[in-house]
Order: sequence, then C-alpha cells, then structure tokens
Amino acid sequence: MVENKENKIIEEQQPLEVEKEESTLEVESKENTKEATSLNVMHEANLEHVSNKQKVVKILVKVAIYAFLIFMAIIVLFPFYWMINSSLKSVEEYKLAVPTMWPRRLMFSNYADAFQVANLGRLFLNTLFVGVVSTALSLVITVLTAFAFARLEFKGKNALFGALLATMMIPGELFTITNYGTVTAFGWTHTFTALIVPFLVSVFYIYLLRQNFMQIPNELYLAAKVDGTSDIKYLWKVMIPLALPTLISITILKMMGAWNSYIWPNLVANDEAHRMITNGLRNAFTDASGETNMPRQMAAVAIVSFPLFLIFIFLRKYIMKGVSRSGIKG
Amino acid sequence: MVDSKHQWKAWLYLAPAIILLLIFTVWPIINTIRMAFLNNYSLQSEIGGATFSIGIQNFTRILRYKEFKRALLTTTLLCVITVPLSTILALIIAVCLNSIKPLSRFFQTIFFLPYVTNSIAIGMVFAAMFNIVGTIANFNTPGVVNNLLMALGFNPIDWINTSSTYTTNMIVMVIYIVWNALPFKILILLGGLQSVNKQYYEAAKIDGTSRFRTFTRITVPLLSPMIAYVVITGFIGGFKEYSSIVGVFGDSMGPASDKGRLNTIVGFIYDALPNLQQGRASAAALILFVIIFAVTMVNLYVGKKRTHY
Repeated sequence: MVENKENKIIEEQQPLEVEKEESTLEVESKENTKEATSLNVMHEANLEHVSNKQKVVKILVKVAIYAFLIFMAIIVLFPFYWMINSSLKSVEEYKLAVPTMWPRRLMFSNYADAFQVANLGRLFLNTLFVGVVSTALSLVITVLTAFAFARLEFKGKNALFGALLATMMIPGELFTITNYGTVTAFGWTHTFTALIVPFLVSVFYIYLLRQNFMQIPNELYLAAKVDGTSDIKYLWKVMIPLALPTLISITILKMMGAWNSYIWPNLVANDEAHRMITNGLRNAFTDASGETNMPRQMAAVAIVSFPLFLIFIFLRKYIMKGVSRSGIKG
Repeated sequence: MVDSKHQWKAWLYLAPAIILLLIFTVWPIINTIRMAFLNNYSLQSEIGGATFSIGIQNFTRILRYKEFKRALLTTTLLCVITVPLSTILALIIAVCLNSIKPLSRFFQTIFFLPYVTNSIAIGMVFAAMFNIVGTIANFNTPGVVNNLLMALGFNPIDWINTSSTYTTNMIVMVIYIVWNALPFKILILLGGLQSVNKQYYEAAKIDGTSRFRTFTRITVPLLSPMIAYVVITGFIGGFKEYSSIVGVFGDSMGPASDKGRLNTIVGFIYDALPNLQQGRASAAALILFVIIFAVTMVNLYVGKKRTHY
C-alpha cells in the first residue's frame, strides 16, 4: 500500500518535471536535489531506494521517448526542408559536393522560372477547372443518390445498395482498361470530359453521405411532407445544411484528388491544353542534354505542395473525418 | 406501402448515378472478365472484325512473362516489407505520442504532415536526395544522403542512378513508401490508443507489470482492431503501388540503365493499354483483384481469430 502511494506521488510530480525537460542535465540535477531532501524526510531506507530507482528509470524512459520522437520528426520533416532549401539555391550552389544547409543567396527567381518553364499557370488552371466542375457535379449526384437511399422507398433498395458497396472491393485499375476503350470510343480523348465524367460517381461518398442523412430523424421528413414541402425543397433546406460537414469533406477530398491525379490523365489527356498539374511536373525540367535544373524542379514541387499544406493546416478536421473511415490516401 | 408514384421518383433521383455506374463500373467489370478469357484479345483487332477463342491463354502467357513475374515480385516484396515496417514504426510512434503531455500536439502535427502530399512531387524530392550527379567514382554532387553516409565514414552508394542495383533501388522505395504510409497509420492507431480505457493501465501498474509486458499484453490486444485495419488497407494500397515509383524514377519505372526494373502490377496493366494488349491487361487486373481479395480475407480471418473486440 505504501509503495502505491509513493508511486502516485511520483506520478503527480512527473508532469512538472517533464515540462522543462529539454536538457537531460537539468533534470538530473533536479533529481539529485530531490533525492537529498527526500532522504531526510523518509525513514525507511529500503523503500526509498526502490522508489528512487523507479523515478530515475521513469525519467530516463521519458528522455528516451522524446529523443526518439525528435529523431523521427527530423526524418519526417527532412524532405520538406530539403525541398525548400534546394528550391532557393542557384544551380551552382546546388551542385556543390558538400551541400549548404541554407542557401547563401535566396533565389526566389527559381519560383518564377519554374512557373514559366513548366507552364504551371496553365496546368494550374486546367487542374482547377477539372477539380471544380467534377466536384460540383459529383456533389449533386452524391446528394441525390444518398437521399434516395436514405429517405425514399423503392423495390430492391437494399440489394442495390449492397451491390454498390460490393464494387468498392474492386481495384480501380480493373475499370481503367475498359474505360480507356470507352472514352476513346466516345471520342473523348484529349478533352476535359474524359477527365471528369468517368469519376463522377463515388460509391464511398454516397455511403458516407447516406450514413449522415440516416442520422437525421425521419420525423422531420414526415412533418415536412404533411406541410406539403417538396422533396427537393426539404433536401435543400434541411438535409444539406445538416450534412454540411460531410459535404465539405467530400469537396476537399475531391479537389485533392484532382490535384494529385496522375495515372488517368496521363492515359487520356496528356496534351498541352488539358494536362493536369502532376503530369506536367515530372519531366518539365530536363533540358535537351538530359540535365535537370534541380533548384527549379524543386521550386515547382514546392509550388504543387504548398496548397496541400494550406488545406491540411486549415481544414484538417474535415480531411480526417473522411479519410479515417476510408483508408484512402489523398 | 410503397406506392408506384414514389418508386418512379426514387429512380429519378438515382438515375444519374446509375447510368454512370453502368457505363463506367458495371460494364468494365463484365468486360474485363470477357477480355481476360478471350485468347489474345485486343480491342483494335475486335473492331477490325477479328474473333477470339475462349480460353485461359492470357493468364498462362502473362504468368510466363518475365516482365509480369518481375512486377509481381517487386510489388509483393514492397508490400511484405513496407506494411509490417510502417505498422510497427507507427505503433511505436503512436504509443510514444500517447504517453507524453507537453508538445504532444506539436509532434502530432509534424507526424501528420506527410499525409496530404502529392506522391509524385515528394517522390521527386526523394530522388533529389538520393541522386548522384556524375558517376559513383567521379561525382560532382553525391546527394545529401550520401553526404550523410560519408560524414559517418561510409562509402557513397549509387542509389538510383545508372550503376545502382535492384537492392539499392528497393531500399529507396521502402524508405519513401514507409515515410509516406506513416501518417495515416499513426492517425488511426493514436485514435485507438486515446479511446483505450485507462483503468487497464492502472490495474497493470498496481500489479507491477513491466512496460514491455503492458505493451504486449494490454496495448496491442486492445488496439488489434485498429492494427488489423491499417494492415489490411496497407496491403490493399501496397499491391496497387505505382505512382510513388513514378515519383522517384519517372515513367521509366527504373534507372535509365534498366528501364522497367521496378515496374509493379499496376504499371504492367497500364503498359499493356497503349500496346493494345487489353486481354493481358485484363488478366493481370483480375490477378490483382484476386490477390487483394485473398489478402483481405486472410487478414479478416486472422483478425477474427486474434483480434480482441
């Protein structure tokens, strides 16, 4: 019993000690003074010995945890740091055998050059257009479908919904082979239509929104019916405002999807007028001799990455809401 | 009772989704199976009026292909290495994050940061970090990773350039894929840890259970549903690995001296499309589906037996 109490006391002291735990030395010296005072107070030398040992072990463990986390954090952050560091160097400085840890002279012109050389402005507009149009249409379709599954009654509803969910098991690559042929047959190659239409329906988003709609009490719907409100008006005035967070999640994920899409655009619309930003990124900075202007390339990479960081910082909770249930990568 | 007027209305709401799904999801499923079992199928020759016999030649042929076997091996290797590695690392980081109070939010933000990155863009950064300008014997820029190795007293290594080996290429890919996979896994596992009832740990403490034993006997079993989840999604994503390799190596899927060395199953499928080999691409896609399905089922089965709910 006494030992338990002792443990608790140590626990209570712990947070205070850890708070300033930047240097091990400081903690150790603190530890020593505490040892001295507690020695005077305590009579049972044996017990004291044990608890002191525990205390030291505990602190060592904490130090190890922080050291490990700091080490891992450095590894996680390093590529971002290296991207920014490289993007601000001159070509000569980038080619040094021993790299500088920060540019001697900040070459912000790399960013302007990258924009021009890779035609990033055009790629950005293309991507934005595809992103906005496909998000808007996708939202309309998702809302209508989710509403039908959540509120309306029709024969075979459960079977149909089950069949929809089953298609989520199938890897998208399997669809691509046929869709590539279909899009070609429709004459959609090198058009925005090819980039938008095949991906308008996402079963996962329908599922997500339907679950959300189901949580809205049915009494509201029945009351609206009694009042003679039309389905569309009810959907617009009640369901959509209540499900807004889910709709925002879908919007963000869909926009990020357009921003990061690579494989499909590469197949069907990799021409100057329709190229998406990720497709333009990979090979734009290699000149005729095969040499790559790395600082410029890194500047372009940074330009593509920054909007994603901004979204992450400001809209994190919406992204998390969507992805923690899906396992899909943005 | 469902009256027919409502039925009609419901189908109106469903119409856009159903039409699109029929064209871009249902038809592809049927068509893929059809193409896979028509010997030597090619859409272009079908339009030209050719007919194909039914059989499993597409499967037997790609299973003999050196390119397909290599892609299968690379994909499987990347999966079985990166999924356990990233899961264990994410678990350790999540437990550490959960055990500290000061700076916990700060570290969480850092560890989640790679989550929303563009895998092509950051792949290019990794390529820059491992890239040697010149040759290994006579280089101008050894790349920052080699700078680090040299500072520690090792010889520089050709990671991704012309004299690189399959092993060094794979090491780079493993590092990049694990780096990329960590945030999602940490997010899920940390969420699980935070919802674990603290009483278990207090009981363990009273019993004087060691930290390691607490970890293996309490933390891991209680987290097992989340662990099963990240492992399954990890395997599904892993077998579809493609764009991270494009990020590091470009469309050539390998160093300039050996193009296609790191090609994956998905890469094999896409390569077959412009080459008018839809039959083989379909066979490969069905094999991919069977692998993913089997891995998911095995994981679910093992999960059911060993997962504590």
